[in-house]
Amino acid sequence: MSNRNRETLSGAEIVVRLLERQGIRALAGIPGGAILPIYDALSQSTQIHHVLARHEQGGGFMAQGMARATGLPAVCMASSGPGATNLLTAIADAKLDSIPLVAITGQVPRSLIGTDAFQEVDTYGLSIPVTKHNFLVDSAESLLEIIPRAFRIAASGRPGPVLVDIPKDVQNQRVEVDEWPAPGRAVEPPPADPTLVEQAAAMINEAARPILYLGGGVVHSGAAPAAVELAEKASLPTVMTLMALGAMPVDHPLSLGMLGMHGARCTNLALDECDLLIAVGARFDDRATGKVAGFCPQARIVHIDIDPSELDKIKAAHVGIAGDVLTVLEKLLPAVDRRSRATWLSRVGHLKASHPLRMPGIDDPRTPYGLIRAVADCLDDQATIATDVGQHQMWVAQAYPLRRPRQWLTSGGLGTMGFGVPAAIGAALAEPERTVVCFTGDGSILMNVQELVTAAEEDVNVKIVLMNNASLGLVLQQQTLFYGERIYASQFKGMPDFVRVAEGFGIAALDLDRETDPLSALSAALTARGPMLIHASIAISEQVLPMVPPGAANKEMIGG
Amino acid sequence: MNALTRNEREAVARTVLELAVNNHPGVMSHVVGLFSRRAYNVEGILVMPVGDGATSRIWLQVNEDERLDQMVKQIEKLEDVLTVRRHGAEHEVFVRLEEFFR
Repeated sequence: MSNRNRETLSGAEIVVRLLERQGIRALAGIPGGAILPIYDALSQSTQIHHVLARHEQGGGFMAQGMARATGLPAVCMASSGPGATNLLTAIADAKLDSIPLVAITGQVPRSLIGTDAFQEVDTYGLSIPVTKHNFLVDSAESLLEIIPRAFRIAASGRPGPVLVDIPKDVQNQRVEVDEWPAPGRAVEPPPADPTLVEQAAAMINEAARPILYLGGGVVHSGAAPAAVELAEKASLPTVMTLMALGAMPVDHPLSLGMLGMHGARCTNLALDECDLLIAVGARFDDRATGKVAGFCPQARIVHIDIDPSELDKIKAAHVGIAGDVLTVLEKLLPAVDRRSRATWLSRVGHLKASHPLRMPGIDDPRTPYGLIRAVADCLDDQATIATDVGQHQMWVAQAYPLRRPRQWLTSGGLGTMGFGVPAAIGAALAEPERTVVCFTGDGSILMNVQELVTAAEEDVNVKIVLMNNASLGLVLQQQTLFYGERIYASQFKGMPDFVRVAEGFGIAALDLDRETDPLSALSAALTARGPMLIHASIAISEQVLPMVPPGAANKEMIGG
Repeated sequence: MNALTRNEREAVARTVLELAVNNHPGVMSHVVGLFSRRAYNVEGILVMPVGDGATSRIWLQVNEDERLDQMVKQIEKLEDVLTVRRHGAEHEVFVRLEEFFR
């Protein structure tokens, strides 16, 4: 991949050329003084479509939407100072959910760094704890090494965000380039220890009541089909974390759906009885495990993860395998016996029948579960489902029939309200042939509502389903259940007219409350192309159940 | 620094970590940040470049703690950290320095 034509280029032009060579065709950002040279170079690119976000956090989440939908690193840009600080939430969100992101920020010229110059902030220092790695670039020449390396780091091993901070004078510095580096690609991880894989297989073969526990790493590593194959071969009832939803179709006979705080009773009860937990690309997050001492108390643990620091972090594994999940599963599959496990599957079947997820109102589109089911009935598995954060997110996680890896885009680790709309825009830009539905709430949508105009401008095929209960519903639910019903600061007194808000931003809107036949109105809205907001009021009394009280063991669920 | 008396400090089990790192301005922040954001005190730090200066060696003196295994794994994940070795408290690197801290 070398090009012997010697050229004299600015740092900014080098950045743009390297992004083009990397295969970037769309990126999101907002220009400002310290990144103007890069924007000037970007204006000359015929390959890269720049999406002008209206807030840097929105731009960061658009890039996340692209990365989550495709699995490839995506790019966002911001200027120095507030541009960079506004990006930080989207970067931190990518860190916690292991999303490959390359954030490029402008910085004041090197001669002004450390002088409290206009729009100067220590972007490098601020981004250390929320990035996988970061760079402060000190010469245009070094961009030739740093930009491909940023992509390599973002995509390799456990994916994550990388920030590249480029001072303005470095962007303007002109250097001779006579050879271009290869684009940065994911590096093959070191192979897993074959003895450990054998031990894991033996433990699975010996287990009477095993459960397969899938996490987001299964999606990241493209291992969903292998995980399903393992479950089927060894007859393993399977639970998924919030991040893994879609890895196994939720209506697969072995699927127990989502575990943890808002999992079905049968799911958490089955975990309580298992004698072997096979954790694959999962990190024993507290929302999944509940009180750790009470999580799978009888189980031995096989833990497979690409990140060695996840092994033994929360729960000690009897066999901990550091390695790429797909590669390890492919090694594990032939060593695992085909088993029917009739007794255990019958016990799990009994739990499912006696403690299923209860979805009251599933047939009434004016209830949360009913609305989600009605939306799902209008779409096929090719649709992408994004959410914001809160009650609506948990209802969708429980009730939407997710069947495809990367079908599901949600902010899991950081739980960032405001994620949904821009992430859905990014997903729609990356995969324009799909319908992207964003379920949101009246609290969440306002946290990045400005991106509605970006959706209008880009004419993306995003359908925003706004479940409006005029409150911060999950806060209100916790105050109701755990704070003596002292409802405080969780009910909105002022409520925007969301239909007019959407129309004001240039987006068509539908108010399901006013429709006499909501199902046919919904169907028409979801099959039309282009952005649309679908507003639906829901009762403030609706709760997400069951619920494990924070700090309690999973078997101590309330409701449901 | 913590508020232990000298006698108490000596009673706490210590570990010495030896890190080989790329020598550039951000590397200390990356390493020390892992400890500070977990409220895990670093008792002693010593850094000098090695050889031609492309890499440095960082010596860290830390208290033994149930989090230490996780800390070492986190350090190993840093891009600019090349290797991490663990030594016992008897390692002489900090002992020899004691005369500068009297």
